[in-house]
Amino acid sequence: MSSTLTSVWSPANRFLEWFGDLGFFSWQVLRSAVRRPFEGRELLRQLDDIGSRSFPLVALAGAAIGAVLALETRSSLVQFGAKSMLPAAIVFSIIHETGPVMTGLIVCGRVGAGIGAELGSMKVSEQIDAIEASGVSPYKFLAFTRILACILMLPLLTLAADFSGVMVGWIANTLVEPISFQKFIHQGLAGTSFNDFLAPTFRTAVFGLIIGMIGCFQGMRTQGGTAGVGRSATSSVVLSSLFVILADVILVKLILVFFS
Amino acid sequence: MTPPEQVLLEVDESGPRPAERSAEKTGAPAIAISGIHKSFGSQVVLNGTNLNVATGETLAVLGRSGTGKSVLLKLIIGLQKPDSGSIRIHGQEIVHLDLDAMNEIRKKMGFLFQHAALYDSLTVEQNVAFPLKRHTKMTESQQRDRVKKLLASVGMERDLKKMPSDLSGGMQKRVGLARALALEPAILLLDEPTAGLDPITSGEIDQLILKLQVEHDMASIVVTHDLLSAKTIADRIALLHDGNVLIEGSFAELEESDDEFVSEFLKRDS
Repeated sequence: MSSTLTSVWSPANRFLEWFGDLGFFSWQVLRSAVRRPFEGRELLRQLDDIGSRSFPLVALAGAAIGAVLALETRSSLVQFGAKSMLPAAIVFSIIHETGPVMTGLIVCGRVGAGIGAELGSMKVSEQIDAIEASGVSPYKFLAFTRILACILMLPLLTLAADFSGVMVGWIANTLVEPISFQKFIHQGLAGTSFNDFLAPTFRTAVFGLIIGMIGCFQGMRTQGGTAGVGRSATSSVVLSSLFVILADVILVKLILVFFS
Repeated sequence: MTPPEQVLLEVDESGPRPAERSAEKTGAPAIAISGIHKSFGSQVVLNGTNLNVATGETLAVLGRSGTGKSVLLKLIIGLQKPDSGSIRIHGQEIVHLDLDAMNEIRKKMGFLFQHAALYDSLTVEQNVAFPLKRHTKMTESQQRDRVKKLLASVGMERDLKKMPSDLSGGMQKRVGLARALALEPAILLLDEPTAGLDPITSGEIDQLILKLQVEHDMASIVVTHDLLSAKTIADRIALLHDGNVLIEGSFAELEESDDEFVSEFLKRDS
């Protein structure tokens, strides 16, 4: 009986402890964020690292999704005699769900792992202690700059994914049945409002918050040398992907309630 | 107009400088540690440790691995909190200070980490300028001058643009030392400054520390396993054993001790 209780209580205890630590970490980041200096140069470096270096991968993935959607959807719509709906199906699908979620998950992999490994390595080599020992808050210099950069760059990267997906969707469609880009976009956006575009794109700012927060948190609590750095990188990707998917479900419901 | 030298050394005065000044008047030690206890789980590391370091004095802390020497330095700079006891810096109690007040105290301290802990995404120049950018009102050109001067004092003035990964262990320690001295600290904490270095480079680092001590008149604590280094750079030596200071005195006094552990410790490395 006692061993059964222990086997249940121990993981539950660790889970609650993890959330408690995350809450404390978030408070420290928030607290340090409003104090001077604002580390503008480090923020720019992170915007470049997280934004422009993720751009090629995100754009390529968006293009692949656009091409696959155009090819797969065409045959289904032709069967139901709804071929004219193809532009709307591609544009709606990419802008509403595929673009934001795919961007979120790609950034989880590239940026989440990078932040977890970089900060983990800084932790085990005492660089984070050195920052703290010099009277500078690592929560601001390391964590806040990365989290803010993720929040700012995710919507922009989503726009890039959406744009390349729609462009390649149009190209794939045109190769089978020529249609002008103007007409494709006109048909694609028919019946949609600005809210259809705005809310799904900007919900990725929440994905950015999750990716930045979990990557920094996992990295800055690394223990156990190089093996610990590996564990931090992996757990950053796994946990941020999990929370991005959960947040997506919740945010879609909220968007449907407030923006439909 | 302010003379250039005066501008170079101008640090934010928002910190507890008055405490330092009053300490100078009252003659309080630069570092006063009393009754410090620190445990990690069931492992007791420090068990009521007492130590004092006066301004201008260098104390070497010796002891077996795992006796809490590095922990002691981290407690002094506030990276870890003791379970109980008191730590006073220039007369000011720091154990229960909040983060902002502790950061002000940290501006008066320089810390050389065991593996230098240089920020690997920054160049040598940016590493040394890191505290200057955040805690002084210097202009960019004044910062550059100060960094050059600091790096020249440790013989690294030609490596400004190098990344830490391009430097040897000894060079990294030199840059770490320059960074630790950037804010002209009143207290210098050195965690194994010669660990992992060949005897010649260790000797060079020792001479460098001696030179800097003469120039800056700081209170220093050097944690080391290197007896020769301790003998060279320290005014006084404290030997930690079982979470407490077993013996404290000059190297000659330690050599004259009848204690079995002290004799064995000194014999092993001689």
